[in-house]
Amino acid sequence: MIMVMHKSCRFVLPALAAFVLAACGGSSNNDHTPVVQPPPPPAPVTYSYEVTVVNLTNGQPLSPVAVVLHQEGHLWTVGESASEALELMAEGGDNSEILAMENVMASASGEAPVGPGHSDTITVSIEDVADANLSVATMLVNTNDAFTGLDSVDLAELEVGASWSTMSMAYDAGTEANSELQSTIPGPAAGGNGFDAARDDVDFVAMHPGVVTKDDGLMESVLTSHHRFDNPVAKIIVTRMQ
Amino acid sequence: MKKTSALILSALATTTMSTQAADIDIHIQNLTQGIYFTPLLVTAHSDEAALFHVGEAASGELQAMAEGADISGLESIADGVSANSSANPAGGLLAPGASTMTMLSTSADNTRLSIVGMLLPTNDGFVGLDSWHIPSEAGTYTIYLNGYDAGTEANDELITGGGAPGVPGIPAAPGGNGGTNGTGVTDMNGSEVIHIHPGNIGDDMIDGGKSDVDSRVHRWLNPVAKVTVTVN
Repeated sequence: MIMVMHKSCRFVLPALAAFVLAACGGSSNNDHTPVVQPPPPPAPVTYSYEVTVVNLTNGQPLSPVAVVLHQEGHLWTVGESASEALELMAEGGDNSEILAMENVMASASGEAPVGPGHSDTITVSIEDVADANLSVATMLVNTNDAFTGLDSVDLAELEVGASWSTMSMAYDAGTEANSELQSTIPGPAAGGNGFDAARDDVDFVAMHPGVVTKDDGLMESVLTSHHRFDNPVAKIIVTRMQ
Repeated sequence: MKKTSALILSALATTTMSTQAADIDIHIQNLTQGIYFTPLLVTAHSDEAALFHVGEAASGELQAMAEGADISGLESIADGVSANSSANPAGGLLAPGASTMTMLSTSADNTRLSIVGMLLPTNDGFVGLDSWHIPSEAGTYTIYLNGYDAGTEANDELITGGGAPGVPGIPAAPGGNGGTNGTGVTDMNGSEVIHIHPGNIGDDMIDGGKSDVDSRVHRWLNPVAKVTVTVN
């Protein structure tokens, strides 16, 4: 009741009428019995964002892009251990656990990988939350556990029709050693396994050191010079549609 | 928002561009996964001083820092120009992924911020910030730093303990994951001015090979550090 009263003084129970009417600074006529008439529920306000991810690499397809809105938490923090949801995405390109994270209030995923030089546009919408944070995550699939994206970008200042863009860096989930072995890389360069629950690396997220490749002396690597990358690896454009 | 702030700044230029003392908090994070920072020198100085300039030859003091992690010479230079400095805020090495924090109370003319520290394992690589203009407007500012090459030593990538200026080799691989008995990537020092570091080559041989650093662990891509400055 208290929560309703501060929004509308018309919607009050007779027993509380005297107190509430006085508190609202309106009529103090205690003899009047107010009519209990709930106001129509306010129309929900939809906040909708279009997120375009452009793949800037030479030979690293990006796994289907996860786009999530949340008010709390992070998808990752540099220097800290990756969540299992991030590990699953960074090692295997599977974003399902990121989309299902407890703090996620709205989510959307690209339908297919984004090839080098290509882009994908994903729309995500949320009702009645003006100050959501945007996070984006996608794997560089011809790697052990490289990913790119954005963590917790504050969208509160973005007006309808306005755009914001940035270049994103390559991160290393730190959950799988960068062996570059065929068996450990899920992308088309290798066709190996993606996710492996065992953690055999430093176990903290950091900037990615890049891939070595067999063309640069790592003879057991399945990768070639085509798979090398440098920062930035993606351009991300966010437009508020409504 | 940034554009708006810039406009406001220029509109207020007559009042805010004058030099003023400030208390600033400086948070420095090593963004790499396998490179250590040796003791850092964080210093606020005037626009007439600098620790280094990209494209110019390194001073002997910068060389000592970049080749052997010795910041005492640079610290003396900073003290000599009445800079406000914080030496070795991390109390030793700043490990991959780790952060450190320091504060400076800057005097009126010390409006520029510089940061240096050696990258290990490298021959003469360092993380650097050159004369960043400390904003007079209170707020939090983020800067990403690159890895530079002092241009004073060949990047042979041999972990020999050589850290004194002019002595070839890498002082150490603090992670304990370096190799030995490499033949050396090169004995030629290329550019003799300070430049963006070309990165480690490395190899995957603990014993022998060209390099004593691990190509899968000791490479990096820029940026190598994130600095968050809060002007109070």
